[in-house]
Amino acid sequence: MNVTLSINGRDHALDIDPRTSLLDACRDHLGLTGSKKGCDHGQCGACTMLVNGRRINACLTLAVMHENDAITTVEGLGTAENLHPMQASFVEHDGYQCGYCTPGQVVSAVGMLGEIGDGWPSHVTKDIKTGTEISGDEIRERMSGNLCRCSAYPNIVDAISAAAGKTKEPA
Amino acid sequence: MNKHVMDEAIGETRLDRGTQGVIGKGAPRYEGKLKVSGTAPYAYEYLAGEDVAYGFIVPASIAKGTIRSVDATKAEAVPGVLTVISGDRIVRAASQPMAPAAQTIDGEVFHYNQPVAVVIADRFETARHAAKLVKVDYDAKEGRFDIAARTTVREPASMPMEPNQTRGDFESAFAKAEIQYDQTFTTPSYQAAAMEPHATTAKWDGERLTVWTSHQLLETAPGQLSKHTGVDADKITVHSPYIGGGFGSKLGLGPDAVMACLGTIATGKPVKIALTRQNVFQATSRRGETVQRVRIGVTKAGKITCFAHETDTTNSPGNGFFEPSGISSVFLYPGEDRIVSHNIVETDVLMASACRAPGEATGMLATEGALDEIAEQLGLDPVEFRRMNEPEVNPQTDTPFSSRRLIDCIEEGARRFGWSDRPKTPGSRREGEWLIGMGMASASRKNDLMESSAEIEMSPDGRATVRTGMTDIGTGTYTILQQIAAEMLGLPLDMVDVELGDSRFAPSSGSGGSWGANSAGSSVYVASLALIRELASRIDADAETLTLKDGHAISGNRQIPFADILKGEAISVTGKIEPGKQAEETHQASYGAHFCEVAVNVVTGETRIRRLLTVGAAGRILNEKTATSQCYGGQIWGIGYALEEDLVIDKRNGLIVNHDLAEYHVPVHADVPQLDVVLLEDRDPHASPLAGKGIGELAIAGVGAAITNAIYNACGVRIRDYPATLDKILAELPDDYLTAA
Amino acid sequence: MRPFEYSRASSVGEARTLGGRFIAGGTNLLDLMKLEIETPEKIVDITRLPLNEIKETGDGGLKIGALVTNSVLAADERIRRDHEVLSRALLAGASGQLRNKASTGGNLLQRTRCGYFYETSQPCNKREPGSGCAAIGGFNRIHAILGASTNCIATHPSDMAVAMMALDAVVETEQADGHNREIPLRDFYRLPGDTPHIENELKDGELIVNIRLPKPKAGYHVYRKVRDRASYAFALVSVAAIVKMDGSEIAEASLAFGGLAHKPWRDPKLEAMLVGQTPKRKLFEDVADALLADAQGQGENDFKIPLARRTLISVLSEATQGA
Repeated sequence: MNVTLSINGRDHALDIDPRTSLLDACRDHLGLTGSKKGCDHGQCGACTMLVNGRRINACLTLAVMHENDAITTVEGLGTAENLHPMQASFVEHDGYQCGYCTPGQVVSAVGMLGEIGDGWPSHVTKDIKTGTEISGDEIRERMSGNLCRCSAYPNIVDAISAAAGKTKEPA
Repeated sequence: MNKHVMDEAIGETRLDRGTQGVIGKGAPRYEGKLKVSGTAPYAYEYLAGEDVAYGFIVPASIAKGTIRSVDATKAEAVPGVLTVISGDRIVRAASQPMAPAAQTIDGEVFHYNQPVAVVIADRFETARHAAKLVKVDYDAKEGRFDIAARTTVREPASMPMEPNQTRGDFESAFAKAEIQYDQTFTTPSYQAAAMEPHATTAKWDGERLTVWTSHQLLETAPGQLSKHTGVDADKITVHSPYIGGGFGSKLGLGPDAVMACLGTIATGKPVKIALTRQNVFQATSRRGETVQRVRIGVTKAGKITCFAHETDTTNSPGNGFFEPSGISSVFLYPGEDRIVSHNIVETDVLMASACRAPGEATGMLATEGALDEIAEQLGLDPVEFRRMNEPEVNPQTDTPFSSRRLIDCIEEGARRFGWSDRPKTPGSRREGEWLIGMGMASASRKNDLMESSAEIEMSPDGRATVRTGMTDIGTGTYTILQQIAAEMLGLPLDMVDVELGDSRFAPSSGSGGSWGANSAGSSVYVASLALIRELASRIDADAETLTLKDGHAISGNRQIPFADILKGEAISVTGKIEPGKQAEETHQASYGAHFCEVAVNVVTGETRIRRLLTVGAAGRILNEKTATSQCYGGQIWGIGYALEEDLVIDKRNGLIVNHDLAEYHVPVHADVPQLDVVLLEDRDPHASPLAGKGIGELAIAGVGAAITNAIYNACGVRIRDYPATLDKILAELPDDYLTAA
Repeated sequence: MRPFEYSRASSVGEARTLGGRFIAGGTNLLDLMKLEIETPEKIVDITRLPLNEIKETGDGGLKIGALVTNSVLAADERIRRDHEVLSRALLAGASGQLRNKASTGGNLLQRTRCGYFYETSQPCNKREPGSGCAAIGGFNRIHAILGASTNCIATHPSDMAVAMMALDAVVETEQADGHNREIPLRDFYRLPGDTPHIENELKDGELIVNIRLPKPKAGYHVYRKVRDRASYAFALVSVAAIVKMDGSEIAEASLAFGGLAHKPWRDPKLEAMLVGQTPKRKLFEDVADALLADAQGQGENDFKIPLARRTLISVLSEATQGA
């Protein structure tokens, strides 16, 4: 069926099987292969995209459900020549190894900082009535939906902390 | 071919001189910008925009039996289905590393959810559904699924180590020992679970087969695919420039590669197959579960007199590979009389194969726990106990160690960690509901140097390009090869390019066994020397004393840009490293020590890691940033092995029950505090021209035991049956801890 | 995934007339459809329905639109202030990405994580009535210790629903014939019995439109989740508790449990045991023993009995001291 998706500020008209996930629409039909498929069941976070500014698992949603949504993939954050500050911070802090979970980590981190900015609490927030601040524990909890089997976690946390305006995660 | 055979220890090299000042530094990854921007292409992502087909595997619904029939009528009737391939050419799983080919199914089912057929269709969604419509009939047979049943016990192959190594008369020595330690440890099966599921894009043009696949070891791939397809190996090109993690699971060729090739030949269309996560768990390979008996004889004063480490591990029919849990036990601790032995218990479960640090990763969970128990029994600090039992030569062969800084690592770690402050008795330190404890363990990882080669081409403008069939699975190979070439040739990093992962390039060791950096790196070293000789000869200078810096050759008072030497002509040289006598004359391994602080919840038995320090000595560190990252990886795998990872095999039917990432728990961000890694300044001149040793698997060795030793120190519960999930701790937690809560 | 006909509804009435399986967040439904555990022939996309607001009801309660995402619900200031246990439960579940997609209505309908339910070649009465239960005698670490039957020992995986149960939530629906009805959450779920494939009281074509929370329950709110890793794992045992003290006595108590049964577990008897009593260790032990009096382990999950006991005692201790 026909669907128009707005991805990274550009409209894409597609004729796809309704069964196509948003992730597969990008990877198989639009050449946007930056978002990765690690599990296809919302268990790893490699496919993370922003939909209307919020991070989601693009593997667990149908492309046809996203007409008129503003979708941002890793390609929409920055390019190799012109990196988003979060991407640059991942390079600087070695916040990756094999690189496969990385686009998902980067997009998730951007979405996650937006959530903290909006005052959203997390499982580790001490007093959820009053709000929250960026800390290592908050980042770790909130990024737990992004698996990294190479286990770059400590460097990812450093990269996000630095990009969030903190110099180094307090031990 | 310029060749260096590692027959003698290496003297001072250009890497020691450090003229360019780039070796060892934490240079950012060569390919980093591509990875963070999502533009580094992985195997599935090639041929974007081309008219391709998609493959989806049909799995067996029994664990053992004969395939009576495969009825694809319904599947083939689905519009868009191009073909359904079944029959004997289907492969059981991945191939074993360096095997001539993967095992074909030959009409049989060898394990639950083994591939039986593959559907090729014009769309992924069509192939996935059509695979469900393929009807397979079986004659099911009784299977063997339980290691403890020991139904069929057989000898392992001699890879990855000589399985049985004995010395003297252990039984007599043990019988006479003043203190006899005898315990059995078990480790479950594990999945490597690289984030990128094995994937392949294959294109047959009627004459040549071009394959993009996620594969750690390219050298053997064309030959393997030739056996599976009948296409001549020299008409097969395999590309693997980016690999989304491997950890040994991609040392063998994935079933996706074989079936994508069969699919493209059958349909004439390029075919993409990405294994599902469920396929990865059930149709690639796994680490075999183990039952390990550790017996150690000790004097009352604390000297180890004899040492035995006997392992049962599993594999499926036709597979000699075994999890070599005793690999470090051969040389780590003393004892005149020794046994290191392994048996394969044959089971009808997915084949077992290489997984990060085969042997150490499981064996040291046992031996390092044993050492902790014995130290406690003797009233000795575990650090002191290890210091007292540091052998001077390899206790099995009396071979000298090339370099061994185990005690340095332990002492440095103890000092940095504040080991002297550890609770002296279990249960004695408490913060609210949490009991705090500290544990330590040794780390060792056998070092190997493999044959490997690389080409360096210097273009007329003085830029260098390194090309080798080597792969980078996230270890940092691109970057360290860039650094080696830049340091050797006197070039700024941005004047060196690196191209990897192409079977047409100079054949390489591939990425496995922690040998990649040393082997491929040494080949770049050798090629660099050849290139330097060529440059020197063109300006009539002495290659040995020629200084190279910032793209200039400096000889006497002359400083000549490379471009002026090359005079518009490119130079290409190839270098090769081969292992030599040093591998026999010295025993080579990397060493380290882990120190961990945990908190164990008195109510629930949950464990949290509070601090974890690893100190390592692995010869020259080529890039401190990527080497540290490798160690983080090992530490965190250790956290997974200690606390949560457990690939559950249903003993009734052979099903791997938790075959996805929701129920097979790998560590998440929240499991991991900020970690500490310290790499000692070290050189091992016997190991390679780089004086470096393997580091990728060092940090996983023993780390899980440091954690379970810390759990014991916290709450008094000994874990010998991994992982230390809360139920096992809860079962033995003294009730008075709860009362005090 | 089987082929299906996709349509998008722009009103509740249209959703009803389109007929078919409703999809909102899709985080569980698509997961199951990919494996052909769920095989709807028609999918009605309800994400555009005007059911994504949290409104105040006259009596101090809240009416939560069925499409409000788990994240928005958890972050809502009124929920954080007045129904903290619900925020806590939501935040203990899944991941940031999943919570951003998963809806309030959908979360109530989450299906079990039983490994045999997920493996289509294995017998499962929930997936294929009459085929048997492979979890009995199999790997049943995450399975039920309360209310199970010889046909099914699965657990309900939701955290949110456990807190909702403690809060006396009411499910508001619109039935296929257009009539609305209200189902108290305590009556919403079913035990497996002989029909484990029927998990709740919803009828064919009935759509959850709102979930209503009665006026806030004062007191100390706590949601304690015990799991196999520090985050992003389903509960082995969870306890939602709201305890209000009056001086040194327990004035009100509300308790619900996750990970123990085919549904979020609530047992009014336990609450009655607490009310009017002075908190002490023995009382908590008695309450825990009452909860678990009929508990039955299945082998691999035997540990849940002491785990639930200890966790409840600890939660009651915390809640009575904190209140």
